[in-house]
Amino acid sequence: MNKNKEQLLNKRYKAEQRFRLYGQSAIFMALLFLTIFIFKIFSTGYSAFQKTWLIVPVNFDAELMMLDENPTKQDIEDADYYEIALQSMWNLDPNANEDQQNQLKRMVSYFFEREIKQELLKDPNLLGKTKEVYLTASDDLDQVFKGNYPRDLPEDQRRVSDYQLKIFDQLVANGNVESKFNISFFTNADSREAELAGIASSFMGSIFSILVCLMIAFPVAVLAAIYLEEFAPKNRFTDFIEVNINNLAAVPSIVFGLLGLGVLLAIFQLPRSTPLVGGITLSLMTLPTIIIAARASLKAVPPSIREAALAMGASRMQTTMHHTVPLSMPGTLSGTIIGLAQALGETAPLILIGMVAFVNTIPGSPMDPAASLPVQIYIWAESAERGFVEKVSACIMVLLGFLIIMNLFAQIIRHKFEKKWS
Amino acid sequence: MNLILFTFIVLLGFTSYYFGRKKAYTIQSTKKRLTALPQFYGYYLAIWCAIPAFIIFSLWAIFEPTIVKLLVLSDYSNQGYLDDELNLIYEKTKALSRGQFTGEITPFIEASAEKYLSLRSIAQSSKVVIVLSAIIASVAYAYKRISSNSRTREPVEKFLKAVLFTASLAAILTTVGIVFSLIFQTIDFFKVIPLFDFVFGTHWYPAKAFVRDSSEALDPSMYSDTFGAVPIFAGTFFIAFIAMCVAIPIGLMSGIYLAEYASYKVRQYAKPLIEILAGIPTVVYGFFAALTVGPFLKELGTSMGLEVSAESALAAGGVMGIMIIPFISSLSDDVITSVPQSLRDGSYAMGATKSETIKRVIFPAALPGIVGSILLGVSRAIGETMIVVMASGLAANLTLNPLESTSTITAQIVVILIGDQAFGDPKTQAAFALGMSLFLVTLCLNIVALRVVKKYREKYE
Repeated sequence: MNKNKEQLLNKRYKAEQRFRLYGQSAIFMALLFLTIFIFKIFSTGYSAFQKTWLIVPVNFDAELMMLDENPTKQDIEDADYYEIALQSMWNLDPNANEDQQNQLKRMVSYFFEREIKQELLKDPNLLGKTKEVYLTASDDLDQVFKGNYPRDLPEDQRRVSDYQLKIFDQLVANGNVESKFNISFFTNADSREAELAGIASSFMGSIFSILVCLMIAFPVAVLAAIYLEEFAPKNRFTDFIEVNINNLAAVPSIVFGLLGLGVLLAIFQLPRSTPLVGGITLSLMTLPTIIIAARASLKAVPPSIREAALAMGASRMQTTMHHTVPLSMPGTLSGTIIGLAQALGETAPLILIGMVAFVNTIPGSPMDPAASLPVQIYIWAESAERGFVEKVSACIMVLLGFLIIMNLFAQIIRHKFEKKWS
Repeated sequence: MNLILFTFIVLLGFTSYYFGRKKAYTIQSTKKRLTALPQFYGYYLAIWCAIPAFIIFSLWAIFEPTIVKLLVLSDYSNQGYLDDELNLIYEKTKALSRGQFTGEITPFIEASAEKYLSLRSIAQSSKVVIVLSAIIASVAYAYKRISSNSRTREPVEKFLKAVLFTASLAAILTTVGIVFSLIFQTIDFFKVIPLFDFVFGTHWYPAKAFVRDSSEALDPSMYSDTFGAVPIFAGTFFIAFIAMCVAIPIGLMSGIYLAEYASYKVRQYAKPLIEILAGIPTVVYGFFAALTVGPFLKELGTSMGLEVSAESALAAGGVMGIMIIPFISSLSDDVITSVPQSLRDGSYAMGATKSETIKRVIFPAALPGIVGSILLGVSRAIGETMIVVMASGLAANLTLNPLESTSTITAQIVVILIGDQAFGDPKTQAAFALGMSLFLVTLCLNIVALRVVKKYREKYE
């Protein structure tokens, strides 16, 4: 009998330990996913912040550029750079046949003549002389240099030919290939060529959308929260509004995209693909989040504050506007920032209102067509070219960076400025 | 022009505020008792100055284009043009008046362009006159009220309250907007495709509807067997099911562990770390699923002799599950912590171990709340878009094999509506019909879940 009891007890203790272990492993799994995730993004993305340059001697031959002696600045601006650009690439291998010459040309970005032009514009004295110029390597060579491209594949499965690799290896051996910080990733707009594609247009698109979203959602949400928390009578209509808000907070984001498409674009005829429409759509989405946060922080202001103000003869409106609302602001603001962070990461509704259009200009106002950072991630992730993979990860890193900063900011506001009532 | 008028109104509003306040001080200096604080006199005047002007201003902005268009096109009214042709003529007229017209200029269009320009300038100047006279009239009225020292605080506060109330209608308006934008397209869709075919059809192949000469009349029989949504609905619930298979055990167990076992320190660090998973944008999860998990599962499957699609439902569902872990864990954590301590104490006093207490006492007590949180998680899984768009297939297979690719409601909406859409096309309308079903399904789930959670809260408060 006694033995039996002990066995039972042991069994129960073992069950206890097992249960505990399940819990620990669940937490461990969740954290493991997070780690793998972050690691994967960083390990594929960090190399996008470097860019490979080929250093190629360029002969600024006035004759080939159709320039006279002593050209004016305008002449230099209008000159023909394609010929000298081609020549300088062909000079890498003087014995190249026509096909090989073509391959040589494709070793740099199609942008290369403009890079040569910039060089001459910077220093017009170079005319007639030879100088080593930094040219952006094609994205395939860029990937080869970073070691992301399998060189041992059979040649017909590679986008880089054996010939190009040979020339490239020669350049590397001579120290004519250099890797530098990739500024153009932050200053260029999107491009079909991976080596030139940057996040500037989608970044501005995101900023404009978020600003529009903030300008609409914040005032409306705060006013609505004040009404519901401080003035609304307890009746069916108020309940109905409340049900609406709670339900909207859980409606899938793509439905808001359909709303933007069906109402803002089709009925109000607002311009497609613009941060204006994107911002309005996002603001409808963040509205419930901000209302809920603002109401919670209004509720947290103790009634004694209101009673004191009322006792001093303030009206309900004065009590609310002068005392309750200012005291609730830290909580409201941090809720707003968290809502905006959600909006910043939102993709699906923006796709539906056309913000996936290919935009190779940097938008200057909310009325210009633009993409946004998450949409840019989607666009690049759908591209087949290998060079875009690291760009996607790098773009994700930028986006996550912004989200972290916003969330930290929200935390700081909450902890620094919120009054603790107890 | 509009901007100048707008700024002018705003400036006038500010001036009237100071003017009204000054008036209050003058009244005060005559030793009369004020009926409200001086700034309320200012607010009163400013509201009367700006609000009527803004109302006229915005009404004008809404109706002016329509009226001008009607007047310009009235010249063409009895010449038997179709609506589309009239619209084209109007567009040409506008382009010509801006000097951007490149086509052949007919005397008719030139005449209308002149008419258009003159109408526009009449409209502009009459707008300015009307807005200004409205300001003068209402300010005069308000100033008289102020001078006779009648009440100002009550009307101002009433106005503010009305503004607050209007803002709170925004949520209702959004819901109305959603229903409104979905319902008309959906009704049009079901005029062409019978509801029965949509709900019970097993072939979803909307690309077929695209191969259509737009001049031909719509022939409903063409679309039989094109818009059968069963594979889509099945795929949606299947992927959501896979996601919940990942999210429920991990989320629930970590919620329980954090609430009952974890020391203060572990809780302090682990909870926010897990919640990071909820803050990661879904497009990032989609990229992760498509580029890492999908190929990994495929390789794993091949090495075990299984045929795995690179866009398997397992990859999309699994990653979606990871995304939902924090929702379930933090909601169930909240629910479990709000179970009264007395229940635990009672159970311990009877000699139960901690895990027995959790399994036999706390879990049953918290069950409604946990079910609510799981339902919210399911609603999120069904509505999740980017992960499925990027990681799961776009062709709608009717399958229950997690290693094959399937498609979901959200993915199909994106596939149909990405790029240019033609409203009035059954394909576009199909996307709205799918959106409607998505909205209805998530609406039901949310309402049930919110009810359950609310009931549960009331029980222990």
